[in-house]
Amino acid sequence: MTYVVTDQCTGCRYTECVTVCPVECFHLDDEMTYIDPENCIDCGGCVPACPVGAIQPAYLLPPEQQKWIEINRRRAAETPVITSRLAPLPGADQRKMALGR
Amino acid sequence: MTTSPYRIAIVGAGPSGFYAAEALLRTGQDLAVDLFERLPVPYGLVRFGVAPDHPKLKQVTAVFDRIAAMPGFRFVGGVEVGVDVGIETLRNAYHAVILATGASLGRKIGLPGEGLAGIHQASDFVGWYNGHPDCRDLTFDFRGERAVVIGHGNVALDVARLLVKTPDELRHTDIARHALEALAESRIREVHLVGRSGPAGTRFSAKELQEFGTLENCDPGVEPGDLGRDPFDPPHDADPERRMAIGLLEGFSHRMWEKGKRCLFRFHLHPASFEGYDHVGRVMFRRMAPGEDMERELAIDTGLVFLSLGRRSAPLADVPYDGARGVHANVGGRVGGEEHGVPGLYACGWSKRGPQGTIGTNRACALDTVDKLLADLGSLPSPGADAADDLVSALWKRQGLRLDFDAWRAIDAAEVTRGRALGKPREKFVSVEAMIDAARGRDIAC
Repeated sequence: MTYVVTDQCTGCRYTECVTVCPVECFHLDDEMTYIDPENCIDCGGCVPACPVGAIQPAYLLPPEQQKWIEINRRRAAETPVITSRLAPLPGADQRKMALGR
Repeated sequence: MTTSPYRIAIVGAGPSGFYAAEALLRTGQDLAVDLFERLPVPYGLVRFGVAPDHPKLKQVTAVFDRIAAMPGFRFVGGVEVGVDVGIETLRNAYHAVILATGASLGRKIGLPGEGLAGIHQASDFVGWYNGHPDCRDLTFDFRGERAVVIGHGNVALDVARLLVKTPDELRHTDIARHALEALAESRIREVHLVGRSGPAGTRFSAKELQEFGTLENCDPGVEPGDLGRDPFDPPHDADPERRMAIGLLEGFSHRMWEKGKRCLFRFHLHPASFEGYDHVGRVMFRRMAPGEDMERELAIDTGLVFLSLGRRSAPLADVPYDGARGVHANVGGRVGGEEHGVPGLYACGWSKRGPQGTIGTNRACALDTVDKLLADLGSLPSPGADAADDLVSALWKRQGLRLDFDAWRAIDAAEVTRGRALGKPREKFVSVEAMIDAARGRDIAC
């Protein structure tokens, strides 16, 4: 099992997850973050840290979201590790408000 | 010996200590860190707290090993700050000292009969099955059929799970041998996990609750008479994690008891007293469920009780203590805060903010403390250039041993070798003497 970043991250990319990850397994591109399933130790600390609820344990993903398991695996291999928090993307706070969080 | 201008001491080699070291060594400043640990072995609660059947969490030690390999890092094992060396001595030898001493004391419950034999702190049981040298000689009476765990957090779940797992479910973990042998003889077949709140008010995490549905010889259950009105309605502000935990408990309430053992989740029970002559025989509770107009008394017969009510930090001489929070008194990591501040003394991790969060929470926490330290660093008095090295040399010389990270690597290798023969990831040494003997494979005399 691992944890997975879903497309809920797209457009915000708060990167709060990075500050609480004990093993630096978050990767990043222009859109969102990804979890490296090889290094994730399943602590679950990132789930409550995400301001928009974008991270879920793989076993809880609904069928239409299952594809994010493979996307995280692939993109984590293709993108650099992020070791400290970045500024969120422009418009992130408005999006979070619109999501009612 | 190092020529770095800034010397920082960190006390406690658990996750917070390592993350503080990493935060310091990544600043790009020219500084060196000495990580003090009273045992010859590092990793704190990752070694002695994380349950043996949760091996994936323990993989975080690979990160700590990378930190230990950073230039400027030194592990100073076998030195107990507050006993072998005082805080004042440390402060005089370093620019700054960070306390990452964790929360080693279990909270007492403060009820009649608490001192009876058979009543234990959950943390002592955890230390025992994880091979902590302080706990190896403890004994637990597994001759009865029922155990009671008081407290509704994840430590309580660890305790209950270890009590109901079969020997085969534990045999290939790094559980201490003495614990595996004693648990294999256990007659416990029913564990009551008792809390004061209802199913919506626990601190269980969903992932760990879920494991109770998958045990080889144990069914989870809920005592229907405990519940009161609308027991499984999540509060309107419950996050998805909480909703999931409540849903799992509701699922447990529909389970039949079919397997050999049962783990019964019990709610709305306020402990009142422990009864027994010299050994606990039963626990008295008051039951106050919502929607009921009368409080009832209720007894659970048991000879084995674990208190899992949280932990607090052990006070250290010359360090102000916040008794209400159970941590070193601090404001944002600066010990003492602005009015009664102790310059150059900081806290991070559980000894700063109490026992909360996951392992990684301590990374953000350590970064925050290190930010404060860096802001102060220029204004802190400088110790003599050799003061830190002289102190560490003197401490190691006094005990005739240099228990650095290489010594730990030797202990680690010996434990892994011992474990391999048993089909375990490691067989821990459970006494400091045995750890030191294993380290003697390399030259540690000084």
